[in-house]
Amino acid sequence: MRVTVDLDLCQGHGVCESEEPSVFELGKHEQVTILDERPSEELRAQVQAAVRYCPTSALRIIEEE
Amino acid sequence: MTTAVEPRKPPRVSGGEEVNGHLEELRVDPIGLLERVRVECGDIGVFGLGGRDVVLLNGAEANEFFFRAPEEVLDQAEAYPFMTPVFGEGVVFDASPERRREMLHNQALRDKFMRGHAATIAGEVEQMVAKWDDQGEIDLLDWFAELTIYTSSACLIGKRFRDQLNRRFAELYHDLERGTDALAFVDPYAPIESFRRRDAARVDLVALVQEIMDGRLAAGQPSDADRDLLDVLMSVRDEDGSLRFTADQVTGMFISMMFAGHHTTSTTASWMIIELLTHPEEHQRVVAELDQLYANGEEVSYQALRAMPWLEASLKETLRMHPPLILLLRVAKEDVRFREFTILAGEMVGASPWVSNRIPEDFADAERFDPSRYLEPREEDRANPWTWIPFGAGRHRCVGSAFALMQLKAIFSVLLEEWALELAQPPDTYQADLSKMVIQLQQPCVVRYRRRDRSAEGTRS
Repeated sequence: MRVTVDLDLCQGHGVCESEEPSVFELGKHEQVTILDERPSEELRAQVQAAVRYCPTSALRIIEEE
Repeated sequence: MTTAVEPRKPPRVSGGEEVNGHLEELRVDPIGLLERVRVECGDIGVFGLGGRDVVLLNGAEANEFFFRAPEEVLDQAEAYPFMTPVFGEGVVFDASPERRREMLHNQALRDKFMRGHAATIAGEVEQMVAKWDDQGEIDLLDWFAELTIYTSSACLIGKRFRDQLNRRFAELYHDLERGTDALAFVDPYAPIESFRRRDAARVDLVALVQEIMDGRLAAGQPSDADRDLLDVLMSVRDEDGSLRFTADQVTGMFISMMFAGHHTTSTTASWMIIELLTHPEEHQRVVAELDQLYANGEEVSYQALRAMPWLEASLKETLRMHPPLILLLRVAKEDVRFREFTILAGEMVGASPWVSNRIPEDFADAERFDPSRYLEPREEDRANPWTWIPFGAGRHRCVGSAFALMQLKAIFSVLLEEWALELAQPPDTYQADLSKMVIQLQQPCVVRYRRRDRSAEGTRS
């Protein structure tokens, strides 16, 4: 899977960082940085939670074969 | 040879022949006006507001254009002249997206602060219902307007400031919200009763804040753990040692910080109760969900608040059908084109959550209160990011939306777990008061409460 962010939408709430800090980093920044665009399958549940609970629906998972 | 299509002015909606265009209609029946633009003109149409034209956009494509437009093209700061007398000169309604993110970062709306807010809000509701008898009546507008003054001041400014407020602050704040007649688009200081009350309320609020500040100066420094935003603002001094911020400036800041989250949350909570009480099956489902979740005496926690799909879906459906803001506005800073139409610099541009949230192509059976539309696989909010817009969308999307939903869930966790509610008026007498830009309920809007008796509930149908 590949994770993408729409920076027109990201407001830096930091929900994704709380879900999986190894993939999403906000820190003191105003918008998220995706640390790992292709996270391993073991992190799927956490990444899905990040996508689901993002307050601005800025994140997407794109499935790759 | 190809012929260039000459850009045209968008079509104009019927009516509005008076000097001020459609202003009077906007003051009396804004929904009728906004819906007529959609019916007569489609995705883009014009109505007149004072000496200005407002280009109203509708539908997913036009809304996306509206919400993605950068600040230099569609500007928000000048679009709400009715807010200036409420906040005070010099406190702008809205900041740039960069500044908003910075405020979000600094001012308690980030995810990491939500856990603490959940407990604070539940505590405020407990404190309000502690004054109830075993049964009685409340006016929804009065009750939720007071509660949300306490929750928003506690979460955004601090517990110490909240504890220095009482009902009087809520009443004055309500007069500010009532001072948002659309007449302000022509003259924000016109000699009408609601504007007079607005200005008197602001003066009284400044006096209240002055009193609180004087008290703190006399009492000396609080402990670090108790310090709130007011203490921080009061610690900023000019070179001669005097306070940098006057009571007037502090009041303006606090009014503006609390404004976006106050009437919106209060009105949504009220409509949620009315919708649940007029849809008994949905009501049952929400109460059953809460009963199960809190069966083991669990606390109202951030984690618990995530796990309530029916309550969340019912809130979203309430927001879809009763969006607290029905018209979002910008000012065009340059000529801009949408399809074959030109929007001229200086014109206002609008999008309507009320109209968008009811577009029949996007929302099946749009007039029906149906929380199941938010569950998988329908998820009509996610499927329609540019037309499911109770919080707006794009770069100006409400930064408090996550806080708002968390707050509403916390409120209903306490209320519905401990109290049974029922209508105290005929259902069709609960109506919105659309005569102000800040839409609230018409009073009276009374419901009855009774302490729940679970042992008896099993046998009652």
